[in-house]
Amino acid sequence: MGAEGLAFRAPFAFVTFLVLNQLAPGQDMLHTLMQQALNALQQGSIYALIALGYCLVYGVLLLINFAHGDIFMVGAYVAFFIASMAMGKYGLLPAGIPKWAVLAATVPLTMLLTSGVGVLIERVAYRPLRLKGANRLYVVITALMMGIILEYGNLSILGANRLSFPSLMPRMIFEPFGARITITELSAIVTCFAVFALLQWIVTKTKLGMAMQAVSYDKFAVPLMGIPLDAVIVFTFFLGSSLAGLAGLLYALNFPVLDPFMGAMVGWKAFVAAVVGGIGDIRGAFVGGFLMAFLEVAVVAASDYVPFIKPEMRDLVSFSALLIILTIKPTGIFGKPKTTKI
Amino acid sequence: MKKLLVALLVAALAIPAVAFGADTIKIGFNIPLTGDQPKVGEMSKDAAEMLQEKINGAGGLDVGGKKYKLEFVYVDNEAKPESAVNAALKLIEGDKVLAMVGPQASARAIPAAEIANNNKTVMVSAWSTNPKTTLDRPYVFRACFLDDFQGPVAAKFASGELKAKTAGVLYDVASDYPKGLAEEFKKSFETINGPKSVVAFETFTTKDVDFKAQLTKIIEAKPDVLFVPQYYNEVPLIIKQARDLGYKGPVLGSDSWGSAELMNLCGDDCKGQYFVTHYAAAGAKGATKEFIDAFTAKFKDTPDDVAALTWDATGMVLAAIQKMGALSNDLAKDRTALRDAMSTMRDYAGITGKMSFDGKTGDPVKCAVIVKINDKGEFAFHESVCP
Repeated sequence: MGAEGLAFRAPFAFVTFLVLNQLAPGQDMLHTLMQQALNALQQGSIYALIALGYCLVYGVLLLINFAHGDIFMVGAYVAFFIASMAMGKYGLLPAGIPKWAVLAATVPLTMLLTSGVGVLIERVAYRPLRLKGANRLYVVITALMMGIILEYGNLSILGANRLSFPSLMPRMIFEPFGARITITELSAIVTCFAVFALLQWIVTKTKLGMAMQAVSYDKFAVPLMGIPLDAVIVFTFFLGSSLAGLAGLLYALNFPVLDPFMGAMVGWKAFVAAVVGGIGDIRGAFVGGFLMAFLEVAVVAASDYVPFIKPEMRDLVSFSALLIILTIKPTGIFGKPKTTKI
Repeated sequence: MKKLLVALLVAALAIPAVAFGADTIKIGFNIPLTGDQPKVGEMSKDAAEMLQEKINGAGGLDVGGKKYKLEFVYVDNEAKPESAVNAALKLIEGDKVLAMVGPQASARAIPAAEIANNNKTVMVSAWSTNPKTTLDRPYVFRACFLDDFQGPVAAKFASGELKAKTAGVLYDVASDYPKGLAEEFKKSFETINGPKSVVAFETFTTKDVDFKAQLTKIIEAKPDVLFVPQYYNEVPLIIKQARDLGYKGPVLGSDSWGSAELMNLCGDDCKGQYFVTHYAAAGAKGATKEFIDAFTAKFKDTPDDVAALTWDATGMVLAAIQKMGALSNDLAKDRTALRDAMSTMRDYAGITGKMSFDGKTGDPVKCAVIVKINDKGEFAFHESVCP
């Protein structure tokens, strides 16, 4: 609970910092620091959203769904096609639908369709293996293969040319205390916090959430208690993949150039973030995602002041720092020790 | 009996092969048809096919009174250095091409050039502007100018027409081309505007999409101009993020901007910006205009730099083959003769300008063009800068 408190206290510390900053205006360095913090917050919200999906599936099935980063990519593409269609690009709908309506339709449809992809993958790739009682290792390898199938399937269907994501939000920029944040960045951050709160509620307070916890605790005893195992697993994939779809949409709004391999690196980073946070724990994925982003931005920001640190060492330094955290606490920040783990 | 059969079979296969080999000339293309820059490969292939059609349609290439049909072999290098090396080996040893065109970008051209040079085969990179590609490699040529020329041109233009006293640079440190160009720009800009006039020199690594941390630092340093020697897939994100973070000054680019894809991805953010390049489609005249019109009619797409330079690179190879006078059918001998013919080429009239080789290096002497992206999103000719 202590660490959870920390996660919630951080924003307050941030606000305090802002107030202090306001008391000493005209200091460029503080503005820059503030801007870098916002940059990290925004990047972290994407990592956290993807990490939450990793974490859900792992928590319930103890399966590392390596295809998750690519489901995120599928989400971005699904959002692209829905938004383009709603804007009248393929002639199915009349042009001139207001952008807010397009966005309002794109969000739920993207989540729904992407989760359909996730559930389908579970149905055709993971469930047959699970029913045959295959070792977890084989399922993880299947997940890895599914990810590659999604990447190259996309490459062969749509070609390697980048797609330009339409801007669905006005180009509005807020300037809190001299730093700048666009409305798309702000929505990514707000969405991430809201999703985290919602997931916490679903997992700890609802019947389905408790069923998920039960499956995680003992997969073999659960059906004996009258809980439909397959339904719980499908729901988990549904939830995890819809989050990936949402993350894909928010990512595409902020970085509007899509390519089939966009999910690979982001997916890896989110996975590492989930592990460092303590995979299987929702708070861990959330905190891990932001930790990752803050470390990355800190390396770039510090490169002027710390000798031998260069911006290109971002991944080197941030991953080394995460490695140290794992060395000290191998189960991750929120993880509980267990005897078997991959 | 078995031996006789094998001998017959070999003979049967060998005779047409020799006859076939006698009146065709094979040229290989080492280009990225998939991977990070598929448009580059597509444009290169389109230009090459158009040239092949034109020459084969006229009966073939006339070398010393004999007509040769052209056979072009395209191998995908996936925009990866290791694949470019494999593709070069396949073309040189497997397909036994007389010469190789490409790879286009420096990151792939530098390792592939090593292979071509070691195998004594002429390689012409249409688009690689890094000095290392041709350095101490007598068999390697290019159809474009060098980074060490493009850097000073950009610095001169920024300090002159854009009236910049300070500059910021953002580049990919993991890629040869942007790194070389960024360093050349810094050197020239600081020669003109004094030491430390490049107030921010920030790096990132390939496949990054979030440049905000670096851009925040650049904007804090308040540069008059931002120099971004990056590729068309990164430029839209960089400019958008710079504007979101409050940068209002001009953004200056390099020839890697000059892809037809840039405006599809970038939209309004790129309008009004300048970049240094090899040729400009809007406002072209003469042979260049003919090429643009024919290409546009055939492929329904405006040819970009890579298309124009591939056309010139391939054209130069063909002109050099004609200069050889005759082909001996001894591949090693012909490859060396082609190298000698290339290195003494004078005033080859390409559609991207006149090119000459001085016999010592594989780098042509030619002019650069400054392009302004106009309000219609076209790459319009702004001015020409010669060495």
